[in-house]
Amino acid sequence: MKRAFAVARVADAVDVTGADCLTVVCNGMIGRELYTHADAPSRFYMIGSMGLASSIGLGLALVQPSRTVVVFDGDGNVLMNMGALGSVAAAAPPNFYHVVFDNAAHGSTGDQRTISDRVPLDAVARAAGYRSVVRVRDEQALTDALRSFLHTPAPAMLVVDVERGNQPGIGRVEPSPSELTARFRARATLKTRSA
Amino acid sequence: MASPSRHFLDLLEQHGYNFFTGVPCSLFEGVTRILDAEPRYGYVSAVREDSALGLAAGAYLGGRQPVVFMQNSGLGVSMNALVSLHQIYDIPALLAVSWRGEGGKDAPEHLIMGDVMQPFLQLLQIPYAVFDPATLGANVERLTRVMRETRRPVALVVGKGRLQS
Repeated sequence: MKRAFAVARVADAVDVTGADCLTVVCNGMIGRELYTHADAPSRFYMIGSMGLASSIGLGLALVQPSRTVVVFDGDGNVLMNMGALGSVAAAAPPNFYHVVFDNAAHGSTGDQRTISDRVPLDAVARAAGYRSVVRVRDEQALTDALRSFLHTPAPAMLVVDVERGNQPGIGRVEPSPSELTARFRARATLKTRSA
Repeated sequence: MASPSRHFLDLLEQHGYNFFTGVPCSLFEGVTRILDAEPRYGYVSAVREDSALGLAAGAYLGGRQPVVFMQNSGLGVSMNALVSLHQIYDIPALLAVSWRGEGGKDAPEHLIMGDVMQPFLQLLQIPYAVFDPATLGANVERLTRVMRETRRPVALVVGKGRLQS
């Protein structure tokens, strides 16, 4: 399964789940693929500070407990700050959903291998204390998992095995970082129906 | 009379700070003891200082005004988060940074950072003040104003004996 395809399918599932969802996406190609597929003010794209998407998502989930927070992450990002999986599990926010696109490679720098082929991140998350963890390896399994993932007990992780390589035609995130902050913060602090 | 740590936390709350995270240091152990013991602060004990900055960024995006406690060793760990997250995304935070190695009197691992910490903060263009009970109120007020105007992190440097009780 191509990563850009998987990113798009997960984004569509998030959008179907509802307007209360807030997405934090890690730096690198994953964010650019999400932006190219479907941009929205409810998505916060990181362009630097690799490894911190899950920490940002955790802080957000803790202060906005009525919102569903979805973190789009990569195996390189998770490995860079693996202690954050412990922080998530310890704080145990019931609104924190962690999607890890795993190609066992640093896709944005030329597909140099990571170590996630030998250190299974689903097992790490389970051991840390995530309440639900699932790994999918093909499109059908992803489709099936996405029917229920954002309603499973959280903190939850979905690991999606994806192929290496970057799809052509993926643009860069266009709004400036400060514009991204302003629009996302306005959306995140908007009073929602359930709030 | 309230302890220095209690007084400091009250002062922070009076200035609108309402999210607390960080990694402990013995120089502000009095503060961490209160934060750990009283759930109303919602203190998140982070695994690393840059992860604490990530938590603070998320809390800010969710509408809070964060404080991040760290030892100055953690300032080194935090450099990339500061320059490639907070400073470019306009995400303000108050950093309460302990000053291990001040005056060259400390364990070896603290001496170099203790010596270069102020130039390091200046290099990163982080406005800061050194914690002094006589000027604390004015400094917190000034730093908070600068932080809100610039939407960038500012730092309060905490020396030995200031917040240990």
